[in-house]
Parts: sequence; C-alpha cells; structure tokens
Amino acid sequence: MENLLQQLLNGVTWGSIYALIALGYTMVYGVLRLINFAHGEVYMMGAMSGYYTAHWLGLAGAPSVTGLVVVLVASMLVCGLLGALIERVAYRPLRGAGRLAPLITAIGVSLLLQNAGQLVFGADPKFFPPLLRSEEVFRAGEVAISNIQLTVLVTALLLMGALEYIVQRTRFGRAMRAVSYDAPAAALMGVPVDRVIAGTFVLGSMLAAAAGILVGLSNPKIDPLMGLMPGLKAFVAAVLGGIGSVPGAMVGGLLLGVIETLVTGYLSSTYRDAIAFVILVVILLYRPTGLFGASTTEKV
Amino acid sequence: MRGAARAAVCVVSWALGALACGGGQGGDTIVVGHVASMTGDTATFGRSADQGIRMAVEEANAAGGVLGKKLSVVTEDDRSVTEEARSAAQKLIQRDQIIALLGEVASSRSLAAAPEAQRAKVPMISPGSTNPKVTEVGDYIFRACFIDPFQGAVMARFAADELHAKRFAILFDFKQDYSVGLAEFFRDTVKKNGGEIVADERYTSGDIEFRAQLTTIRAANPDVIFVPGYYTELGLIAKQARELGITVPLLGGDGWDSEKTLEIGGDAVEGYFFSTHYAADSDNPRVQEFVKRFTAKYGATPDAMAALGYDSAGILVDALKRAGATDGAKLRDAIAATSGFDGVTGKISIDPQRNARKDAVVLKIEGGKFRYYRTVSAE
Repeated sequence: MENLLQQLLNGVTWGSIYALIALGYTMVYGVLRLINFAHGEVYMMGAMSGYYTAHWLGLAGAPSVTGLVVVLVASMLVCGLLGALIERVAYRPLRGAGRLAPLITAIGVSLLLQNAGQLVFGADPKFFPPLLRSEEVFRAGEVAISNIQLTVLVTALLLMGALEYIVQRTRFGRAMRAVSYDAPAAALMGVPVDRVIAGTFVLGSMLAAAAGILVGLSNPKIDPLMGLMPGLKAFVAAVLGGIGSVPGAMVGGLLLGVIETLVTGYLSSTYRDAIAFVILVVILLYRPTGLFGASTTEKV
Repeated sequence: MRGAARAAVCVVSWALGALACGGGQGGDTIVVGHVASMTGDTATFGRSADQGIRMAVEEANAAGGVLGKKLSVVTEDDRSVTEEARSAAQKLIQRDQIIALLGEVASSRSLAAAPEAQRAKVPMISPGSTNPKVTEVGDYIFRACFIDPFQGAVMARFAADELHAKRFAILFDFKQDYSVGLAEFFRDTVKKNGGEIVADERYTSGDIEFRAQLTTIRAANPDVIFVPGYYTELGLIAKQARELGITVPLLGGDGWDSEKTLEIGGDAVEGYFFSTHYAADSDNPRVQEFVKRFTAKYGATPDAMAALGYDSAGILVDALKRAGATDGAKLRDAIAATSGFDGVTGKISIDPQRNARKDAVVLKIEGGKFRYYRTVSAE
C-alpha cells in the first residue's frame, strides 16, 4: 500500500512535466487547429537556456531557491520569445494554406532545432546544475517526498493555476477563447487574431520552458534530442485529455505519468513507451474527443 | 627522392601483384582505424580510448615506428549510436584502407562494427567490449579486456563475501548487450551460490526517470543493488535512489569507469563499488609510469578506457612487429599468438576465443575519487 502511494506520487510528479508540455500543444491546437510538432524542442530549449543561465550567473555551484526562480523566469522569457519567433517565421506566412503545409513546417522546425541544437550545444548530454540541494521533506513509513519532487509538483500546479486564471479571467484569455471558438467571427468583432495567436505561442512555450527546468531539476541530464520522446508523450497526453481542452491537457498529462509509472513499477519498463502509444490509438479509435473534449460537427 | 622511391616500390609491388598502392595505405605510413563514441551518451569512453590509442601510437612512432614505417590513426565518430558504428567501420575500411580496426568500447556498437571487419578480413581489437558475443562474430575479432561472465561473477562473489549480501536486486539496461550480459552472469552466480534475487528491474538507455523501478526495488528490501549500466544513467539512478531513502550500496561494472560518474552522481555515489580493468592509484610501476605520462600529455588521470585503448594499440603494434607484414591474415595470426604482453591493465594473453585473459580490480568510490579496493584474479 505504501509502495503504491509512493508510485502514485512518482507518477504525478512525472506526469506534471507531461501536463506542462501538453498544455502548449492543446492551446495552439485550440486557436490554430495545428499540432505544433516543434513543441518538444521548445521544451529542450528551455532546459538548455536554464543550463546556460545558471552557469553564466554563477548559480551552478550554489543551490538556492532564489537561483532556481531566476533560472526559471529567465528560461521562460527566452522560450516565450522563441515561441513567438517560430510562430512569426514558420506558421504565420502559411496561415490559410490548408492544414498540411503548417504541419510539415512544424516537423521542419522540430528537426531544425534538434540539429542546430547538436551543432551549437554539442551532442553530448549535459548535466543540469543542482539548483536545489536534495533533502527529504516528508516521510510516512516508506513514503518519502523529497524537496525536489515537491518543488516540481508545486511549481507545475502553480503554473497551471496561473494559466487557468489567464484563460478564464483576463481579456487576453477571453480573446483566446473567442479565437478558438470561431476565428473569423472573432476577427470581425475586433479581436486582434494575429496577436492572440502569437500570445498563445508565447504562453505555451513558457510552460514548456518551465517543464524543461523542472526536468533539469529532478532528472538532471539534458541533451539536444531530449525533446523528442516527451514531446510525443505530451501529445498523447493532450489527445487523451481531449485536444484543445486546457483542463484536459492537465488531467491527461498527470494520468499518463501515473500510468507509465505504474506500468514500469508493477509490470516492466519494456512496456512503458508502448503503453503510451496504445493509449493514443485506443483514444483515437473509440473516443477521438478525449476525456474532456466536446464533440463538434465538422462544418461543411 | 622519396617520391621516386615510393613510385619504385609501387611499381615493384604492382608487378608482384601483392600490394595496392594509393588510398590511405601507400608510402611510409600504416593507417589504423578507430571507431569511437567521440560524442553522445557515452562520449567519455570514445574520447578516453582515443587518447590512449594515440599516445601508444606516438610512442611507437617515437621509438622508430613499425616495419620501417610510421603509424597513423584515423578516428571515426559514431555519436554513441549503434547503427552508426557499422557505417563508421565501413568508411574506415573502404575509404581509409585501414590495416586494422580498433574499437568500439560499448558491446552493442562493437557487435555492429565487427561483421564489417570480419568480412573485409581486417583484424579488429575492441579495447573495452566485455560481452562474449563480440569476439564470436568471427576469427578476426579480438578484445583487450576480460569478458562479462568473469566480471558478473566477480561482483556477485564480491557482494556475498565482502558485503555479506544475501538479498540481491538488479537494475539493468535491456537495450545494451553489455548490461544484459552482465546482469545475466551476475544472476547465475548469485543463484549458484545460494543467494536470492529479490528484484529484477530494467530500464532503457537514455531514460532519465527511474523512481518507479527504484520504488519496487526498495519494497523488496535488498542488501545490494547491482546496476551494470553506463555512467550517464548510473549518476541519475544513484541520485534518485538516495532521494527515495535507499541506503544499501549500488554495485556496477566497468561501465561506471568515467570521471562523469563522479560529476553527475556527486555525493550520491559515495561508498559504491564497481569492477574494472585497472586502478590509476595502483602501485605497479608500469601503471604509475603510464599515469604520469598520460597526465602530462592530456592533463587528466587516465580512466580504464584510456588504459585499454593504450593496451589495444600496444597489442596491435606488438603483433605488427611479430607479423612483419600488414596483410590481414598474417596480422590476425600474430594477434592471436599474443602471450604475456605487458600492458598497463595487466599481463595480457589472447585465449583461443580471442579474449584477453587477465585480472579484474574492484574500485570503491570514496571522497569523490575512485580508490583501489582489491584485485580479483582470472583463475
């Protein structure tokens, strides 16, 4: 029983990373009906910019909460800009060009970032500097929570809360929902659609950057290809929750993390990656709208 | 004058139909290839081996070269990717016309490269691949190190004798032939000696999250955990194990032998043991001399892969001298006849299965350093 609790805790922590990445997929899909396959690479860039920020500011040798916050904010800013840049350069020129062209560009951007990353950062894995000293903060019998797991979980939940607030309670959030609901109509009502879309990319990229930093904190190995698998998994999480649905991405991410952990812990890690993609196929076959997605009828 | 002489040699050998001139091999250099992971997940293996090989070759050249010619090394990077080891070997054999192939360190990648060397009848010496299957590829494939059944048995016996372990857990990388093999022989030895395997978990190279497996292992309450993987994952595993409150020691094989283990693992790897090929702090004068020269040249203490790279090139130079020729079959026979070669990783004799027979050492991680703990003999 204690074992199961520990595994659930491991799973929720791991899943919160997926959830943060999945949010970017789902928001962009919401406003553009585009699967932004370069999103996993934005997550990689988040971890990389965190790595370099920490080293440049001399935070690598001295673990502190302030250091962590500085690195987190810096890398969210860098990736926010990167997200806006990707949207401006790779997707906006293709607006209205059908759905296939931007999808192909997305894959192009993804490959570009992976390979440019290998050129610039080198193909070797890097070891994310320890921004927090690992300590046990809570223990009940066998169940142990470290400050690192707690930080990952709390930061992820705070960011998701902030996002929910932005989407539901701010002018920008309302504009985003309007564009997502019906972009041409929103444009006619005076919503600056281009700016809203750019803003959506910025928000999603910032969350991906945060995921990159949190992974660096709890699993400190980063490399230019690290975005590939988590990118795909987060996509599965977004589909599982219902693509286009913000709460869906959160629940989908956490659920996928828990499922993977339980499969690894009780069956074998051999099945772990397969399970994620089996879920994708099953969801697409039997409930394409996912857990939270509303079914819509295609306008003809 | 020299050009004319070379042309004359070419004409003569063309007339004899024995040697092809041109390509990389003509004239006064003998070209040796090295397939190595210079970048990627196990980059320190390739780089260390390459440094060792180049040092051995420079020393051989400074001592007058081999067969009246100078040796040169061409290194081809496989980026730590199994499939690329094969194409790297192909490139070296076809483009550079190498007379012998050194590498790879990782068994999976040696297994990918070996069929190419075997087909071209180019002798290959792997510095550090310990999986038995590597030399079974063919009679042109050798290694400068011991094999996994020995290494796995060493650590299983060590855990039982020195650490008085009765309950054993294993966490291995099922994508790496090296790790699978080591886990298998460890398992067998434990069972044969009446120990109990209480948890047998696996991961995949490149994984970064191991808490699920470690939680299962923790619940099984083992005395030791055998992690026969490579250093990159080990560092993360050690950290996550400590976070989960696991205090029993982790044991490993030569895949841990890299400075990176200390860099990534930090405090988390303190007090752990692993078996490897040599100890840099050994008091053997041959080793001390090597460590001194290596440190002067590269500014770092040589790890096991550097020592094995040095020895594998040493075996090749020794064999070339005895063979008196660079053609594949003669060179192969000379390497196979290696006996009592005085390497820095011990006295090396090549056995009929083309493996090196020699002792293993167990190192302990203490005070942020690898320290010599004890030697386990091959007999």
